[in-house]
Amino acid sequence: MAPIGVDEWVARSGDRRDSGWRGGLSRIDARVGWWPRLLVVGLLAFVYGEFVVGGNVNYAQTGFNVVLYALLALGLNIVVGWAGLLDLGYIAFFGAGAYGYALFSSHAFGNLPLASGGVQLPAVASIPIAVAGVAILGLLIGLVALRLSGDYLAIVTLFVGQAFAEAVNNVAPGTLGGANGLFGLQGFKVGSAEIGSTLGYYWFAVIALLILMALLHLLDTSRTGRAWRAVRDDSLAASAMTIPVNKVKVMAFTFGAIVAALAGTIFAAQQSSVFATNFNAQTLILIYACLVLGGAGSIAGAVLGGVVVTVAQQLLSSPIDSAYLFYGILVIVLIARVRPWRHLGAVVAAIVGLGFAAHAIVGAISHSAVAGSPGSAGWFAGALRHFAIVPRGEPLTYGNILYVAAIIMVIAVVQLKGIRRLIAVVPTVYVGICCWEARLTLDPGITAQIMIGAILIVTMAARPEGLLGSRRVEVI
Amino acid sequence: MHIFIQTLVTGIVTGCLYALIALGYSMVYGVLKLLNFAHGDLYMVGAFIGYFAIQWFGGAAALIIPVPLLVIFMMLVAGLGVGALGVAIERFAYRPLRNAPRIAPLITALGVSFILEDSVLLLFGGFTRNYNAPAFLPFTESIHIDGVPIDSVQIIVVCVSLAMMVGLRELVNRTLFGKSMRAVASDREAAEMLGINVDRTIAMTFFIGSAMAGVAGVMSGLAFGQISNIIGFLAGLKAFTAAVVGGIGSIPGAMIGGLFIGLCESFSSSYVSSQYSDLIVFGILIATMLVRPQGVFGQPPLQKV
Repeated sequence: MAPIGVDEWVARSGDRRDSGWRGGLSRIDARVGWWPRLLVVGLLAFVYGEFVVGGNVNYAQTGFNVVLYALLALGLNIVVGWAGLLDLGYIAFFGAGAYGYALFSSHAFGNLPLASGGVQLPAVASIPIAVAGVAILGLLIGLVALRLSGDYLAIVTLFVGQAFAEAVNNVAPGTLGGANGLFGLQGFKVGSAEIGSTLGYYWFAVIALLILMALLHLLDTSRTGRAWRAVRDDSLAASAMTIPVNKVKVMAFTFGAIVAALAGTIFAAQQSSVFATNFNAQTLILIYACLVLGGAGSIAGAVLGGVVVTVAQQLLSSPIDSAYLFYGILVIVLIARVRPWRHLGAVVAAIVGLGFAAHAIVGAISHSAVAGSPGSAGWFAGALRHFAIVPRGEPLTYGNILYVAAIIMVIAVVQLKGIRRLIAVVPTVYVGICCWEARLTLDPGITAQIMIGAILIVTMAARPEGLLGSRRVEVI
Repeated sequence: MHIFIQTLVTGIVTGCLYALIALGYSMVYGVLKLLNFAHGDLYMVGAFIGYFAIQWFGGAAALIIPVPLLVIFMMLVAGLGVGALGVAIERFAYRPLRNAPRIAPLITALGVSFILEDSVLLLFGGFTRNYNAPAFLPFTESIHIDGVPIDSVQIIVVCVSLAMMVGLRELVNRTLFGKSMRAVASDREAAEMLGINVDRTIAMTFFIGSAMAGVAGVMSGLAFGQISNIIGFLAGLKAFTAAVVGGIGSIPGAMIGGLFIGLCESFSSSYVSSQYSDLIVFGILIATMLVRPQGVFGQPPLQKV
């Protein structure tokens, strides 16, 4: 083939599909239309709610959280993924929606319903009021944001988010409840029917999600959607093409705020309380993690990100599930990164051999050094008993040393190349496993945070465009 | 008047610390155009290193080495240790993302911040520790300003901060490294074409910025006592405000911004309300950004077509 220029290479970037199973998958993927996919999402949500939950409150809560984060990620996708406005104050819209609903459904303005002179409103009235209020807030912040671009926008919105958290914590504690928050909220009620259970809110949120996905798909393929993407890619060129850049940006802000506020009202009603700490930077980071992991700019990506992040968090909180997740990720990373197959086989064999050998040697020297039981529950523990070195008694110091060692080794492995990396992987994985069994399973809450941080870093390094995002070819 | 001077002194001391952290933010932003959200956590790590240095030498009440030696040792170890940590983070987390979309390194920085904060929680526990500095740096009333005694710790903080800022300014303006740093900040590709080792310059920038945050951590431990694994976030946010108010990417801007934010905070907490002091600081930031988005000392970004 004749040598091709950069432009041609860029033009053909869509045609170059990976060969093998990935190419096949993407060809099948390309044939399925958008609406059948929405149906698949709906079916999955139905199957989960109808058959998997089965009265288990924890499962219902997990399902609700998944849908909630999917909703939030969808809203963020409008602002960040489509319009390309880096909004770090998104959490304020979520919080404002939740507080808006809470004010009208709690004792904040007195206990009387509207008919008796108070301001307690039914959900039918308070949801639209809260959402409309937040939409106006989004409009105002969007107007302010017009003056700023890029990182400056990110900075100001970050502080808007922080200021929101500070404000609800400190301003008017009589009404907003201060650090105690607002509690005892009424649930969603239409007439006399009230949603009473977590599963009920799950169904409500699923319906909201499906409607929202459909609307957003229509929006994405509309004139406005194209305008957003044009502004994101090059606002100067977009304005030359007579796209009203400012109007389009403010629209994105407002739409994102509306979605966040809707999610906020559902969240507040389900939790039946709101606290300022629900809307802190950690939550914001989780929402960003959903969006970026799934792939900014893609509706399906945002929803998938919500599923992955929430389920990962849930799994990490129980010892046996977190063990599955940890070893699953380990295996996937090894399969993905160690090629060809004979190298993979050699590495796995070496890890197993090293483990049993090290265990036997340490056990021969001192019995108590290997007498502890692995932290993982279930059959893992039996399988690992003669593999991982876990001392009896106080494993904290030992585990801490291993933890630091494991991090240093991981960094070293990334720096090495070729056969050295292959050799270094073996002790690293082994130290990682020992550390997991001896230390990380003892504090699942902390481990969950560390793992989420690690997942973010690894995903960004491996696939900066996210799981379902499309890599944009930038021509400079 | 008494309260006024006391507030002023507190403001200057906190301001110096914010300025040191803000310098790191600014330098990193200058060379990489990256908002390094993990920077505040480096400050926290520095504070922990200082704490363990005190414990290593027998604890605050029964030191086995002279106090000046201890203070110098703490700052050196924290500076070198945190600097090395900063270089490792850059090498491991940020360097693979040099040419990725802008949001990717930002998310990575948040991930690094998660990992640092929770690693310290895992290793050392979540309770608050105390430097107990008055036990070995006694409160001397040697210097008075209008009846307000100035603590020796406060003098140390201000002197060390000033020395570091002046040193940094000289480094950036007078040395070859400073020149290459400015070159990388203004145009990375062009700098590379002119034979500047961009990777090494960026690594050095991370080292210096992180080392300053580490020293600031030690000094905040000496001045305020209490440290825990979550102090990094808010301090980082305030320092970030300082960097932005002064003009992100500008070194004198970060210094002035730090002092300004420190003074705002102390004056608003003693004259308005301590509850609202954070809110006031954030309000100032938002107002500044709207009037002058590039900050007081910053250059407006050039838009290339």
